[in-house]
Amino acid sequence: MLKNKGIAFKLVLFFTLSSACIFAAIFTYNYFVSKRMIAKGIEENAGNLIMTTTNKIETMLSATQKVPENIAYFLENSTNDEQELFQVLYAIVEKNPEIYGAAIAFEPYAFRKDKEFFAPYFYKAYGAINFKYLDKHYNYFLWDWYQIPRELDQPQWIEPYFGEGGGILMSSYSVPFYKKVDGKRRVAGVIVVDISLESLRDIVSSIKILASGYGFLISKNGTFVTHPIKELIMNETIFTIAEAREDTKLRDVGRKMIKGEKGVAPMWVKSAVTGKSCWMAYMPIQSSGWSLGVLFPQDELMEDITNLNQIVLFLGITGLVLLAVAVVFIARSITGPLRHMAKATEHIGAGNFDIELPPVKTGDEVGKLSEAFSFMRESLKEYISELTEATASRERMESELKIAHDIQMGILPKKFPPYPERTEFDIYAMIKPAREIGGDFYDFFFVDDEQLCFVIADVSGKGIPAALFMALTKTLIKAKATMGLTTDKIISRVNEDLCIGNDMSMFVTIFCGMLNVKTGEVQYTNGGHNPPLLIKGNGDVSYFEMSGELLVGAMEEAQYTSRSVMLGRGDSLFLYTDGVTEAMNERNELFSDERLLRELSGFQDKNTEHLVSAVMQQIVEFTGSAPQSDDITMMMITYKGNQIS
Amino acid sequence: MHNSRIKSHPISAFLFLALTVILCSFSTNLFCAEATLKNASFIPQWSPQAQFAGYYVAFEKGIYKQYGIDLTIKTGGPHSVPVDLLEKGEVDFGTIWLSTAIQKRSQGIRLINISQIVQRSALMLVAKRGRGITKPEDINGKKLGLWRDEFRLQPLAFLKKFGLHVKIIPQSYSVNLFLRDGVDVVSAMWYNEYHTIMSAGVNPDELTSFFFHEYGLNFPEDGIYILEQNFKKDPAVACNFAKASIEGWQYAFKHPDEALDIVLKYMAMANAPANRVHQRWMLNRMKDLILPEDDKGIAIGTLSEQDYLRVAGELRRNGLISQTPEFGDFYKECAKHAEK
Repeated sequence: MLKNKGIAFKLVLFFTLSSACIFAAIFTYNYFVSKRMIAKGIEENAGNLIMTTTNKIETMLSATQKVPENIAYFLENSTNDEQELFQVLYAIVEKNPEIYGAAIAFEPYAFRKDKEFFAPYFYKAYGAINFKYLDKHYNYFLWDWYQIPRELDQPQWIEPYFGEGGGILMSSYSVPFYKKVDGKRRVAGVIVVDISLESLRDIVSSIKILASGYGFLISKNGTFVTHPIKELIMNETIFTIAEAREDTKLRDVGRKMIKGEKGVAPMWVKSAVTGKSCWMAYMPIQSSGWSLGVLFPQDELMEDITNLNQIVLFLGITGLVLLAVAVVFIARSITGPLRHMAKATEHIGAGNFDIELPPVKTGDEVGKLSEAFSFMRESLKEYISELTEATASRERMESELKIAHDIQMGILPKKFPPYPERTEFDIYAMIKPAREIGGDFYDFFFVDDEQLCFVIADVSGKGIPAALFMALTKTLIKAKATMGLTTDKIISRVNEDLCIGNDMSMFVTIFCGMLNVKTGEVQYTNGGHNPPLLIKGNGDVSYFEMSGELLVGAMEEAQYTSRSVMLGRGDSLFLYTDGVTEAMNERNELFSDERLLRELSGFQDKNTEHLVSAVMQQIVEFTGSAPQSDDITMMMITYKGNQIS
Repeated sequence: MHNSRIKSHPISAFLFLALTVILCSFSTNLFCAEATLKNASFIPQWSPQAQFAGYYVAFEKGIYKQYGIDLTIKTGGPHSVPVDLLEKGEVDFGTIWLSTAIQKRSQGIRLINISQIVQRSALMLVAKRGRGITKPEDINGKKLGLWRDEFRLQPLAFLKKFGLHVKIIPQSYSVNLFLRDGVDVVSAMWYNEYHTIMSAGVNPDELTSFFFHEYGLNFPEDGIYILEQNFKKDPAVACNFAKASIEGWQYAFKHPDEALDIVLKYMAMANAPANRVHQRWMLNRMKDLILPEDDKGIAIGTLSEQDYLRVAGELRRNGLISQTPEFGDFYKECAKHAEK
């Protein structure tokens, strides 16, 4: 398919495609490298941002942690003085603005033998510091803030919760404290301080990345502690979000976060706020086991590079279009003249040489081709006009030759049997010229009532000179014969006449015979012609002996003699020119005298016409496709005698 | 407000009822259904969640109305215990655990089960594989978190069955102690705490689950109860309520998304934190518990005597009841008699 498309199309296709490939490769490389550079920059910035934020949170939490830890240390060596505990607790709540409430909760009967529950609790509410005992209705032994540090035997941050009576997000830090009982150090209870996480929320929500990036904090359970979407806080965990999104990778990231690992999510995380793909980094808050996650919206981070790439892409595509246009232009300048020339060639092929050729504008290959083409047209035009002239003249010649052929054939007797009223003999002749006109001829005519003169001759050479010479010879023979001369005299006279002015040194072989139809006697003279054959009525066939006399027209002084042969009834004479015996086949073999003799001996049918035709047939078969080189002429006379008498 | 009209004006209500019954025998069903809507009230064990999806769905889809009941659903919670409200006559129907109901009946509160909705125990024990627990024997010597009262019956029977000695830690309202490895094994409801544990980032393949029904200790849980005196007063309403509730469940299982929307709506109305993923898990597990795949023979909502006797026997062994109430008195298979 592509094969048949034009050069312009191919050029545009290949140039544009290859340029596009190169451009795409450069663009892709550029895109990824610049993206990596930006990502590196972001990673550094993100690292700094997260570090600063987690440090702030750590500072805040560890400040809070110190308070109950100091109390635990103090309680271990104090006596269980209720008043003293109250003062300490009150001071804690009063002096620490971030502390919302504080309690010292004792193990069953650890404070006093008669008290299963003993847990004084001071807390801020309604603008004042309030007090209550956490009693058996509350059953603090079952609550996480008590149970978890108690069972784990270590200080713990409790899962955040919403404070009672309001939407204040809180968390508690609980520290077990110990007393020596019977020399053994045993857990005597738990000190807990409640803190508001509002300031922590402020810290995290102050993280603003570009337009829509944000930070969030999850607890040890993966529960959202802070998030721009309020509904998620304390209601969803990162794992329920992953489950809703059917995102196992997010679940894996969440597991790493709650295990206290830091890192970057290996995939794009969908922003819960905008739904955009985000790059997510996370870092643990070591003291509480929580984790800070920060989302950087991909498209916003990549905005600059996206813009740059869009411009590069635009420039690249524009460049490709311009390149395509340029290629089209160049291709046109080549293919335009070529197309023009192709059209011109069609016209020239159809013979219209006057078609206008594209002007030669350039000196390049196309210009040279154009020039050469123009030269070729002129040469062709000249050649064709010469050829036309030559053809015309040849045609004229051919038509003249055709006329000459017709005339030549016309002067030979063509009507057989020529004398239907004469029963004494049969005569038949056939001529097949090698070209339009030839030098062979035969003739027969009655000189008087009894004497039939018959002639077969072969002029040297071929074509028009031979034909003219033949016509001359034939006329001369007929003229001499009708004067009543004998055959030797006829040939002698003809020889003399022909020799006069025979500048061309042409000659002719002639066999001239005079048959007396009454007696069957044949008087003949052979002027250098092939000896005829005598076919006896009994079937014997033989050549006449060679006369040894000269061919006619060559020498004025030549002498010719007359001989005679007696034909009996049924005897025949077979006369021929050398075109018969010297007929050549494709292997350059001659038909030969022997073959002629054999053929004539073989035929049973002695009818003159049939026999001559049969020999001709044999010759044609013998020569096959080899061109006829000489005129073929045959004549046969069968003597029948006077049958009437 | 909670009291039905029947109770406030027993005589006039009776007259009205008698009149409509007479009228009904001469008129079309449609007219009767419209004309005889009876007021009734219902309370589930807890605040709205997918554990009670069937009732909320039946209410929202008008199925109770189709059965001639103009229902009021009260919001359950820690301070609204169905048994207490039933006893006080503040509510007509409530869902109660089978083990609780048997105990209460033997204590003289004449509860009647009109439909056993949850066929299989959702209560289970969950352990972390990482703490070396993959089979019941591994629990020996470990710390086990247990809830109180009837939530202890199956775990204790389980421990006894395998001869396990453990340190029992009273379990609080969260699974945080378990998540922080303060206990090795924790009690959980399959539809609730189990998913909470998963939602805290623990993968199911990190957990070993002990389902009591797999150890011959299946206790059917939520059933629908009514006081015997109320049942006798109008058995048709009770049966209609049971039937409509079952239809509500069937609708909820067929249209889970719609059911979740309804549940979440009620949760929002009750100011309960609503987590769709958690509720979806809960609804799916309720389906497993209400229509257990290997209990094809049991029609939805029926109580098998075998289950009943197993629970009662366990209660008796623990000294929680002295005598097993008669099964026929306790359970009225009544949903099949209901008509629209």
